[in-house]
Amino acid sequence: MSVSKDAKYAYEDFHEGREFQLGPVVVTAEEIVAFARQFDAQPMHLDEAAGKASLLGGLAASGWHMTSLLMRMIADGYLLESTSEGAPGVDRVDWKRPLLAGDSFGGTTKVLSRRLSRSRKGLGLVAFRHELRNQRDELVMVCEHSAMMALRDAERGA
Amino acid sequence: MTGELARYFPTDERLTLGSHRFTAEAIVAFARQFDPQRFHVDPEAAKKSVFGGLCASGWHTTAVWMKKNLEHRPVEEARWREAGLAAPTFGPSPGFRNLKWTRPVYAGDDIVFFLTVTGGRALSSRPGWHLLEHVGEAETADGKPAMRFESAVLVQLP
Repeated sequence: MSVSKDAKYAYEDFHEGREFQLGPVVVTAEEIVAFARQFDAQPMHLDEAAGKASLLGGLAASGWHMTSLLMRMIADGYLLESTSEGAPGVDRVDWKRPLLAGDSFGGTTKVLSRRLSRSRKGLGLVAFRHELRNQRDELVMVCEHSAMMALRDAERGA
Repeated sequence: MTGELARYFPTDERLTLGSHRFTAEAIVAFARQFDPQRFHVDPEAAKKSVFGGLCASGWHTTAVWMKKNLEHRPVEEARWREAGLAAPTFGPSPGFRNLKWTRPVYAGDDIVFFLTVTGGRALSSRPGWHLLEHVGEAETADGKPAMRFESAVLVQLP
């Protein structure tokens, strides 16, 4: 296993309160339906009329599509340029509002806290909060999770 | 859980939703779109990563859980028919908590998915609708835990 010392973001760079931009992306009806056909084939994710008749009020993206889109925005926002060694899980996701066809989806990531790993030298755990909004600046989804990040300088620490 | 909801959804009964094979092609296709970290898109780079081989994005695993959940629903519908119960309407989910990816899902793995209803209650804010709480799980073919989360979904009884 190798950790790139050249990564733009290492554990040291994720200081508490730091923010990163996520997206935004615009979600099309075609993308919503394509994801739903593969993973979440419920009427409100497949059909405009069924979506309108549902509690979601329109053709709406699957919640699992929304988390997958968040993952892509995280990857492009900082993760692919970081010393990430993966994430053990996600503390919480709140689907606050529907993400409808044609909506914009984007927001910010904030570093909540961080700590060094007790079991592995040179590794730390960074806690993030992601807030995603639509084009009307309405909160659509919140996600909190922690990720493992290697230190740039394992000897010196953070 | 209240009487009518309990007739539909036995509590603490672990339902096996079925098995799904994660092919290398599907892992890479999902990850190219949503989670292009090297251990999800590049078999050679994955060998040198912390995971030691090509493995599925955690969001791929949760999406397949949803797919298996829906594929299993006709079995539930048959059970309701036998009990003389008309099928309920499923609505959106408010979110989930404590998602853990306990073990990587590697290319070629057959993963078994489970659903356990853990509770539920009527929603005073939406007459006729209930909030059904459940746990979603995934295991390797030899019964080792791979994924788990706690979630809920809105259900309207007829």
